[in-house]
Amino acid sequence: MADLTTDFVGIKSPNPFWLASAPPTDKEYNVRRAFEAGWGGVVWKTLGEEGPPVVNVNGPRYGAIYGADRRLLGLNNIELITDRPLQTNLDEIKIVKRDFPDRAMVVSLMVPCEEGAWKAILPRVEETGADGIELNFGCPHGMSERGMGSAVGQVPEYIEMVTRWCKQNTRMPVIVKLTPNITDIRKPAEAAHRGGADAVSLINTINSITSVDLDLMAPEPTIDGKGSHGGYCGPAVKPIALSMVSEIARNAETHGLPISGIGGVTTWRDAAEFIALGCGTVQVCTAAMTYGFKIVEEMTAGLSIYLDEKDLSLPDLVGRAVPNVTDWQHLNLNYVTKARIDQDACIKCGRCYAACEDTSHQAISIGEGRVFEVIDAECVACNLCVDVCPVENCITMEELAPGTVDPRTGKTVEADYANWTTHPNNPAARAAE
Amino acid sequence: MDARAPGISPGRITEEDIARNFSDLHPPFAPHEAAVAADRCYFCYDAPCITACPTAIDIPLFIRQIQAGHPENAAETILDANILGGMCARVCPTEELCEEACVREMAEGKPVEIGRLQRYATDTLMASGRHPFTRAPATGKSIAVVGAGPAGLACAHRLAMHGHDVTLYDAKPQPGGLNEYGIAAYKTPDDFAQEEVDWLLKIGGIALKTEHALGQQITLGALREAHDAVFLGIGLSGVNALRATGEDKDGTRDAVDFIADLRQSEDLTQLPVGRNVVVIGGGMTAVDAAVQSKLLGAETVTIAYRRDQSRMSASRYEQDLAASKGVRLMFNVQPKAIHGNGAVREIELEYTAQTDAGLTPTGETLRLAADQIFRAIGQRLDGAPDGLTLDGNKIAVDAAGRTSLDGVWAGGDCAAGGNDLTVTAVAEGRDAAESIHVALTV
Repeated sequence: MADLTTDFVGIKSPNPFWLASAPPTDKEYNVRRAFEAGWGGVVWKTLGEEGPPVVNVNGPRYGAIYGADRRLLGLNNIELITDRPLQTNLDEIKIVKRDFPDRAMVVSLMVPCEEGAWKAILPRVEETGADGIELNFGCPHGMSERGMGSAVGQVPEYIEMVTRWCKQNTRMPVIVKLTPNITDIRKPAEAAHRGGADAVSLINTINSITSVDLDLMAPEPTIDGKGSHGGYCGPAVKPIALSMVSEIARNAETHGLPISGIGGVTTWRDAAEFIALGCGTVQVCTAAMTYGFKIVEEMTAGLSIYLDEKDLSLPDLVGRAVPNVTDWQHLNLNYVTKARIDQDACIKCGRCYAACEDTSHQAISIGEGRVFEVIDAECVACNLCVDVCPVENCITMEELAPGTVDPRTGKTVEADYANWTTHPNNPAARAAE
Repeated sequence: MDARAPGISPGRITEEDIARNFSDLHPPFAPHEAAVAADRCYFCYDAPCITACPTAIDIPLFIRQIQAGHPENAAETILDANILGGMCARVCPTEELCEEACVREMAEGKPVEIGRLQRYATDTLMASGRHPFTRAPATGKSIAVVGAGPAGLACAHRLAMHGHDVTLYDAKPQPGGLNEYGIAAYKTPDDFAQEEVDWLLKIGGIALKTEHALGQQITLGALREAHDAVFLGIGLSGVNALRATGEDKDGTRDAVDFIADLRQSEDLTQLPVGRNVVVIGGGMTAVDAAVQSKLLGAETVTIAYRRDQSRMSASRYEQDLAASKGVRLMFNVQPKAIHGNGAVREIELEYTAQTDAGLTPTGETLRLAADQIFRAIGQRLDGAPDGLTLDGNKIAVDAAGRTSLDGVWAGGDCAAGGNDLTVTAVAEGRDAAESIHVALTV
């Protein structure tokens, strides 16, 4: 069994699976159950400043997107930060950390953008014995209307300023949680880095309306006939999260900045992907809210099996795929592939044909007896047929060996790597000559 | 109640067991089940299931409509091609038609459950009471449709839709043909056949006249004079004989009559059945009679078929259904003699072998205890009106259903070609209606 012990910016946990700051980590009862189930750590649901706590709506807080058989693919929420008194949360954090000293206890915070507010709360959190703090600059709903959450996360200068206040006022490691509701994730990450953040975590939820009730003519979830955008999470957001994580991991200014990956982690495989793109830990919420805490058993076992199979240690995996994330302009244009249909595996549904004929390159023929074949002279290797084929590995992409002629272009496939930057059609390439 | 009463006797099992035995063979889908089943459809290009359906229902489209939350709209897609889509969803041998062609059958041996999805859609629409088809402006033409079975009903509905006036005749007291009289009760419980006819007639313009048999109350000659066209969907009312000695003994009867009695019975505990039943034949009628005998409480039920299993016209699914209900299937045996003193007591079967000379008896025989024997060795056309050219022993028709007589069309089991399936009869009735419409209006 691979060793899953994790040391993330000095915060130790028996495995890299943390529960994200969210409803599952709002109080002692849930967090105890999580730790008993085997979670490596939690980020306690966001605390606000002293005073009357925020209130939540009393109608539905969540909306969902489903796949087949009501499999939950995406979840949207309009819940705010904790609506329990600050001291209650602090007392519970302290007692749970005392009882589970080997688990990571990170506390999420969101107070107004004033140094005094942060100065006031930091020592009280420190006093609980918590291992670190996470600055919630991400929540896209409700709190952002009050100048907090993503309203801070969308302004790099604020991120840098608040991060610096925190670093100056606590010994605890500071993780800055980023919102994806921006155009370039590198800017807020750089700001956090400049402010002295020990790590960033991402993504927070994405602005979303799950659906529109066509009878009420209102967005869902609907509160008394009205709806507001919420934060989207779950399996559906994973591709967005992976991309954003990779951007930070390979950006020169933030390369090496520890990342806690969040966004649709549902199985060990999702976690391994986040880790391969540079994450030291992952945070989970929707999967736990869908299936309960027990899923961590599959996650830890699965990651361990994978590491053993690959003969890797967990630190070996961190960032291992980052060097292979590049810009489009650097992709090898001399890498030529053609779709290949395995006739033995083909079940003759014709989806590849419909997709290619109607929406792509007319590169699949339909023959007698519903035999579908690729027309190499038309195939641009777009992969759509592979993506719509219901049979895994029935259609694959086969590389044309250097020296062969691509019947589509009539050109001989070259062995040498060549990309857009030097392509004759690229005006910039010519200008450089 | 006496389970082992000798002879042919009612009340072999309890009322509760009867109710359970004759409940729906394939219970309808609940909405979530339908959604999950619909989600399995790949929406194939030029889908093989459509090609496999004799009525060419646009199956991927109706399944997508179910998926998208419009089962009634899905039903319209179905009924547009097959107005008896509700019954076909229940009785079609889908395992040999659409579901056999389903690519997921090839991929996993688990086709999309097209039949049950079709039933979900059509049941939903029929439960709403709505009839989605309307009539074109009246043409002033009138057509006689003889036989209110699947072919006749499909023909009448399509003609009415085109604005023609239809008089629909049937020899029996109830319309529906084999749907009403000839199909196992567990395939169409709760009087579905009549419900479907009532719903179909909502189109309007169809005058139903039951207990009007061709050659008795009505004649083809008179119909041709009184109407602009005639469609014959009279089915096959004759039953082939066994050609075994002792066939006239009490307790030997036609399987179709037994099934008709069963379907018309108000109280199945009062329907008599033999303690030891033997069914001669290898088609769906044989299976329906055998299975229902068993479900009524017969102690032993045997289907005796004269050829090998691969030649049996009942589908493998139907054979397995029979076996699962406790029916014994015997192959390569044919009746030689029926023994008994007045009433049947035993049947003597002789083994057969397929040789170059055809099917030949081997001389080896066996005897089975039997107090009831059902003939199910095929039906034949009885009483075809004079003047019609026959093809083999059925009415000769062209691709559009035209007979040799001007202004007379035919379809369903009585017409040559086809495969004696409900769904094929529907297709033939519908297509004949289109042909009649063109002939009368263009």
